[in-house]
Amino acid sequence: MSDSIAIYVARYRPGQDEAPTEQRYDVPLSTDLSVLEALNYIKDELDPTLAYRWSCRMAICGSCGVMIDGEPRLGCKTFLREFADRGELHLRALDNFPVERDLIADVERFMDHLETVKPWTVHNSERPVSEGEYRQTPAELERYQQFSQCINCGLCYAACPQFGRDDSFLGPAALTLALRYNLDSRDDGSAGRMAALNADEGVWRCTFVGYCSEVCPKDVDPAQAVNRGKVASTINYGLNLLRLARGEHDT
Amino acid sequence: MRQERADIVIIGGGGAGLRAAIAAAEADPSLDIALVSKVYPMRSHTVAAEGGCAGVVQDHDSLAHHFDDTVSGGDWLCDQDVVDYFVRHATEENLRLEHWGCPWSRRPDGRVNVRAFGGMKIERTWFAADKTGFHILHTLFQTSLKFPSIRRYDELFCTDLLVADGQCGGVQGIHMATGETVALLAPAVIIATGGAARVYRYNTNGGIVTGDGMAMAYRQGVPLRDMEFVQYHPTGLPGSGILITEAARGEGGVLTNSEGYRYLQDYGLGPETPLGAPQNKTMELGPRDKVSQAFWHESQAGRTLSSPRGEAVNLDLRHLGEARINERLPFIRELARTYIDVDPVHEAIPVRPTAHYTMGGIQTDGRTATVMPGLFAVGECASVGLHGANRLGSNSLAELSVFGRVAGEEAAALARSGSTPPEAALLGEARDNAARWEALRGARGTERLADLRNAMAEAMEEGVGIQRMPGAMEKTAATLRELRERYGHLRLEDDSLAFNTEWLSAIELGFLLDVAQAMTAAALARRESRGSHQRPEDYPTRDDAGYLKHSLAHYRRADAPEVAWQDVNITRSRPGERLYGGAARAKADADAKEEAEP
Repeated sequence: MSDSIAIYVARYRPGQDEAPTEQRYDVPLSTDLSVLEALNYIKDELDPTLAYRWSCRMAICGSCGVMIDGEPRLGCKTFLREFADRGELHLRALDNFPVERDLIADVERFMDHLETVKPWTVHNSERPVSEGEYRQTPAELERYQQFSQCINCGLCYAACPQFGRDDSFLGPAALTLALRYNLDSRDDGSAGRMAALNADEGVWRCTFVGYCSEVCPKDVDPAQAVNRGKVASTINYGLNLLRLARGEHDT
Repeated sequence: MRQERADIVIIGGGGAGLRAAIAAAEADPSLDIALVSKVYPMRSHTVAAEGGCAGVVQDHDSLAHHFDDTVSGGDWLCDQDVVDYFVRHATEENLRLEHWGCPWSRRPDGRVNVRAFGGMKIERTWFAADKTGFHILHTLFQTSLKFPSIRRYDELFCTDLLVADGQCGGVQGIHMATGETVALLAPAVIIATGGAARVYRYNTNGGIVTGDGMAMAYRQGVPLRDMEFVQYHPTGLPGSGILITEAARGEGGVLTNSEGYRYLQDYGLGPETPLGAPQNKTMELGPRDKVSQAFWHESQAGRTLSSPRGEAVNLDLRHLGEARINERLPFIRELARTYIDVDPVHEAIPVRPTAHYTMGGIQTDGRTATVMPGLFAVGECASVGLHGANRLGSNSLAELSVFGRVAGEEAAALARSGSTPPEAALLGEARDNAARWEALRGARGTERLADLRNAMAEAMEEGVGIQRMPGAMEKTAATLRELRERYGHLRLEDDSLAFNTEWLSAIELGFLLDVAQAMTAAALARRESRGSHQRPEDYPTRDDAGYLKHSLAHYRRADAPEVAWQDVNITRSRPGERLYGGAARAKADADAKEEAEP
């Protein structure tokens, strides 16, 4: 293992740079140094002008997603040792989002999409807190638990070719979030989320490339979620046809 | 400078800020609520809380037990009226989170499950595996999205409170994407910016936990209370300080020293409990202050292990087995494997105490009001009087909901009736502040930001750590004074406006230095040992005659902070001896006997 590694960072300063250009930094190599720690080293010791997001350092806050050698990954959960043999790695802001500066992507679109799927519980009859909890067996919890692990890091959007083509697509994390609530035994809000799922921007836009699940740092498997959403959407479509045939109102 | 108005401004989008926003929106949907954060709310550090959230649920438990555990755990420095309110409302707030969709772990019958936690006599810690904070935060964030009256200002970095005639009338910040100054005026302001453990070199906290709100209030004359009480969490990963939850011990994990010995039995927490049969308030389920202090003594005695990342003891979970670890502690397994290449199913995790939580904060009353009209504070940034000299694990997540709701309701009531101070004065102040921050952005002195930050963090570990020695404390105070001076000669390299994170870090360092000075001054002033504040060399015992009091640090600009004192509210629990393990059980038996045959 050589004692340093070349990190090439795509720099972009709005108003100053026409387009991102790579800048090289040489960082001392140690086996347990993460890409995030390397960025902190660069900022403290080499170039304080470098801009990137970070906070928790433990892969739970979702701030530090960047493209690492072309792959969307968390900086805090990727280690330099992986690139030691090649002696270099390349960083740029998450794909499929506008670049705000350096490694900082503009994720507003993603935030909007989260809101679109109405990610909150809806109860047909509101139970007062004094009456205690909604019972939910471990098996019922298990049905949605995996889909509730999303840290909103946005890596799956950077991986999603459909979102890249047209960012009106709600995308993997938002559609997964919808499913998370739809599968929750306490929730009665599926019907209200169906419009978003069925819309042009909803589940049908997904072509099941599956790259979103590959890059997910929390094993949420959004591709599976989106495709279960398609099943739900189909059933919903069928039910609506049936209701229409019976002269009932569309839900 | 952009000017905007709201009815309520909340600074901070973590658990406390979100809960306050929802409470205010529910109290009065016509109120315009501005939720301001320097990050997207679900990045807030609530996200990293792991083990759980307290609230009495079991039939054989009682509010009195939760009260007693909290007050004795806090070494009698808790305000007992506040603890009473807290224990009475914790469970309903946990239930409300349940109704909002929080995926609490369950018992086979579908009821919410609870686990054992340090210093708690009976299991009352609700949990969502070992990502409780993460799930609470996301539940609150997602629930907040259904309220159209909550308007978010994401990535707006607050720099100052706007105050005129002694009344708070808004906040000022920097829009991070553009560098533009924003003045946000409102008759009610809630600070919910979290803690400040980033003043230490080794800590469990995210990079954003820099005491911003504490410093903003402090600079405006609002005292910081009980700042000397800083919690070292007994089990962080050496080097990084990444948190390994207390739930690891709640589930039965044990701590051993370099001789494989369960050393906690030597520090008033024994007798040793059998493997796989943890006993409440005993051994590894002792309170955090005592468990961290035991590490210090083991270290002095040379009985710690040397790991590649520094001194450590072993946290052994192997006897729990893979299935239980995967069910109850999946995140711990992921963290240990990722960050130190240890699989806790097969190997013990090396751990050491790391700075974790600020018990003190912005002084408030039991309704979250500060001494400044118009200003509230809640959560870790505040000192509502709940934690005293040592917080019990899982009380702080419950605090976010219990007092977050109070803050939201109080602010809503004030916003409906209150008036903003004269606008011209507020805006004038904002312009002056903006000029000062502009000057900082162009700072071309000689001092490097990273050097000052590192020197501060090292000094805090040296002087205001687990055990505080008089010489080291004085030295830290002097170092901080010197750093404050050097801060005036910073050199920043980046003069751009868009996402100038060097500039923002420099502002954060200013906040950190103020908070560090308050901590150090209060630690020097408290001439006793209590809870997390230990002075083994000069004042090794608790002194109720002199210091059964809250410290109040007042900002004095270039001078050292001035420390004043405030009485503790004591209702029904007179200060006594903190007993754990066998000693606590012997006392309980004796008390029961006395009651039976007086």
